[in-house]
Amino acid sequence: MNWRLSGDNLFKTIATILAASAGFILFITAYTLLTGSTPILQRFGLYFFTGTQWNPVPGREIFGALPYLLGTLVTSGIALLVGVPISIGIAIFLVEMAPRTLRVPISYLVELLAAVPSVIYGLWGLFILRFWILDYIEVPLSNYLGWIPAFSGTPFGLDVFTAGVILAIMIIPTVSSVSREVIQAVPDSIREGAYSIGATKWEVVRHWVLSYGRSGIFGAVILGLGRAVGETMAVTMVIGNAIGPAAIPTSFFKPSQTMSSLIANGFLEATPASLELPAYLGVGLILLLLGLSINVVAHVMVTRVLKIKGGAVE
Amino acid sequence: MKTTSKIILAIVAIAIIIGGVAGYIYLSQPAGEEETVILNGSGASFPYPLLDSMIAQYKQIKPNVQINYQAIGSGGGISALQSNLVDFAGSDAPLSVADRELAPNALHIPETIGAVTVPYNIPDIPTGLHLTGKVIADIFQGKITKWNDPAIQDLNTGIVMPANDIVVAHRSDGSGTTFIFTGYLSAVSTDWEQEIGQGKTVAWPIGIGGNGNTGVAGVVQGTEYSIGYVELAYALENAMTVAAIKNPAGNYISPTLETTTAAVESKASQGLPAGNADWGNVDVLNAPGAQAYPIVSFTYLLVYKELNVIPGMTQAKATALVQFLWWVIHDGQQLGPALEYAPLPSNVVQIDEVSIQSITFNGQTLSTS
Repeated sequence: MNWRLSGDNLFKTIATILAASAGFILFITAYTLLTGSTPILQRFGLYFFTGTQWNPVPGREIFGALPYLLGTLVTSGIALLVGVPISIGIAIFLVEMAPRTLRVPISYLVELLAAVPSVIYGLWGLFILRFWILDYIEVPLSNYLGWIPAFSGTPFGLDVFTAGVILAIMIIPTVSSVSREVIQAVPDSIREGAYSIGATKWEVVRHWVLSYGRSGIFGAVILGLGRAVGETMAVTMVIGNAIGPAAIPTSFFKPSQTMSSLIANGFLEATPASLELPAYLGVGLILLLLGLSINVVAHVMVTRVLKIKGGAVE
Repeated sequence: MKTTSKIILAIVAIAIIIGGVAGYIYLSQPAGEEETVILNGSGASFPYPLLDSMIAQYKQIKPNVQINYQAIGSGGGISALQSNLVDFAGSDAPLSVADRELAPNALHIPETIGAVTVPYNIPDIPTGLHLTGKVIADIFQGKITKWNDPAIQDLNTGIVMPANDIVVAHRSDGSGTTFIFTGYLSAVSTDWEQEIGQGKTVAWPIGIGGNGNTGVAGVVQGTEYSIGYVELAYALENAMTVAAIKNPAGNYISPTLETTTAAVESKASQGLPAGNADWGNVDVLNAPGAQAYPIVSFTYLLVYKELNVIPGMTQAKATALVQFLWWVIHDGQQLGPALEYAPLPSNVVQIDEVSIQSITFNGQTLSTS
C-alpha cells in the first residue's frame, strides 16, 4: 500500500513537471527574444514598431518592423477570407450531405493536404500557382478594377495576394477538420427538431447547425489564423520579399514581406556583432506577442460565446 | 527451462553484436594506418559544392583525415571561428574590422573565385545584351524604368529595345552574392554608393525578392522583361540569358570561367595583401585586363595563424589542416571547372602558399606535404 502511494506521488510529481515545462518553454523563449532584442529596442525604441525603414548595411543601420507586421496581418486576412468559407463548406458537405461512401475518402484527402511540407507548397506556388493566379485572377482584376488603390500596380504573381491564397490552401485542412468535428458534435435532436418544423436543409445548416457550433468554428478559424501568421517557407517563396517602405502592403498586387519570412530571409547571414541580429530577434518577439494575443483573444471570445449560448458544443 | 533458453539466446545475441562491432572497427582501421583526424569547418554556402567534392576527393588520398564542412552561411561560419568552435571557416566576404578584432590573427586564404552574372528575360533578345555598371545600378535603383531607355538603347545599337517596364529581381535572403553585386554597383555608381551601399542585404528601393539563386532565377525566367543577378555557376548550369558587361578596358565581357579567372589574374598582378593582413578592402571588381569580367570576387577560407587557440587542437590535426589547405589551392583547383567554379590563377596561389606556410602550432611551422 505504501509503495503504491509513493509511486502515485512520483507519478504526480512527474506529471506536474511535464505540465510546467510548457510554461517554462514559453518563458525561456520570451526571455531569450527579449534579452536578445534589447539593443535594438534601446537604440530605436518605438520606431522599431512604427518605423518603415529597414537597412542592415553597416553605418546606415535603421530598423522599423511595421511593414512586415502589416504584411503578416494582410496575408493572414486574405487567407481567412479565402480559406474559411471553403473549409466550412467542406465541413458542411462532409457532415450534412456527403453519402457515407464519399465521407471517409474526402476527409482523408483534405487531411492529406496538411501533410504536404510547406516548402512544397512554396515551390508549387512559385512555379505553377503563381501563373494561374496571375493570368486568371490578377490580370483581369487589374484591367477592370485597377482604379481601386487595393488593385493598383502591375501584377507579377509574386505578391501579397498569391501569398494569401497559398496560406488559404494551407489552413484549409486545419479549419475544415476541426469544423467538421464541431458540426458532427451538434446533436441530431437539434436537426430533427428543425426539420420537423419544416426547415429546408439550407435553413437547418444556416440557423441551427452553424449557430449551435459557432464558438467551435470560431476556434477552428483561430487555429487557422495561428498557422497563417507563423507560416514561413511557402510565403517567403511567393510574397516577393520587398523590403523597407516598398514592403508596405498598399495593394494586393505589391510584393511585401511577413515577419516570419523576413526572419527566414535574413537571419542566417546576419552579420555577427551587429544590430542586425537583435533586429531579427525583435521581430521574433513581435511575432510571439502577436501569436499570444491571437490565442488570448480567441480564448476570451470562445468562452464569451459559450456563456451567451449556454450548452453550445465546443 | 524457458527462462534458461531465453538467457542463452540473449547471450548469443549480445556476443554476435559485440563481435560484429569489433570486427567492423578492426576492418575499418587497417593495421599500420595513422590515427583518424577530424577537421571541422563551417560557413559560406557558395563554395559548398566545390568544397564538398574536394573533401570527397581528399578522402581518397588521405583516408585517415575526415573533414566536415557545414554550409551554414558566412556569418555563421565567422561566429563559429570567433568562438573557436571550428578549425576553419568559409566566408564570401573578407572579415570586417569588428570581426577581425574577435578573430585575431585569422588568415584569409582565397580558395576559389565567384562571379555574379546579370540574367534577363526579354523575348527575342538572345544572351549578350550590352550593359554598363552605371546602367545596371540605375535599373536596380529604379532610375531607369523602361527597356528602351536611351541609356540602354545606345549601348545596343543593333537591337530595337522594347518599350516595356523593367521588372527587377533581387535576392531576399542575406547572401555573399548580394554583397559582391552591391559592392560592384557602389564602385560604379556614386548614387548607389550614397543611397544604398554594400551589404549582404540592402534596402532595395524597388523589385521582387527571390529566396536564393533559385528564387531570383524563378522570378527572371517566369517574368518577361525582367532582370536579376545570380552567381556564375548557377547561370552557367541553367544556361541563363546573361548580359555582357563593359569592363574598365572598354570591352563588353560575357561571364565565363575564363573571363573570371582573367579578372582575378590581372587584379592580383597589381598586388594583394599578405594572408594575415587586413583584407577588408580587397576587391577584385573592375579588373583592368582586356578580357576581365568586372563582377568577380574571392571566396575565402579563414584559419587562425596560430592554431593552438582552438581547444582540442593537436599536432596531428594542425598538420592535417595545413596539408588539406595546401591541397585545396593546388590539386583541388582542378575540380573547379567541372562544377563551374573558376580556378585560382597562379599569382593568387603563390600568395596563398605564403599564408599557409606561415601557419603554426605552438609556434612551430607545419609541414605542407
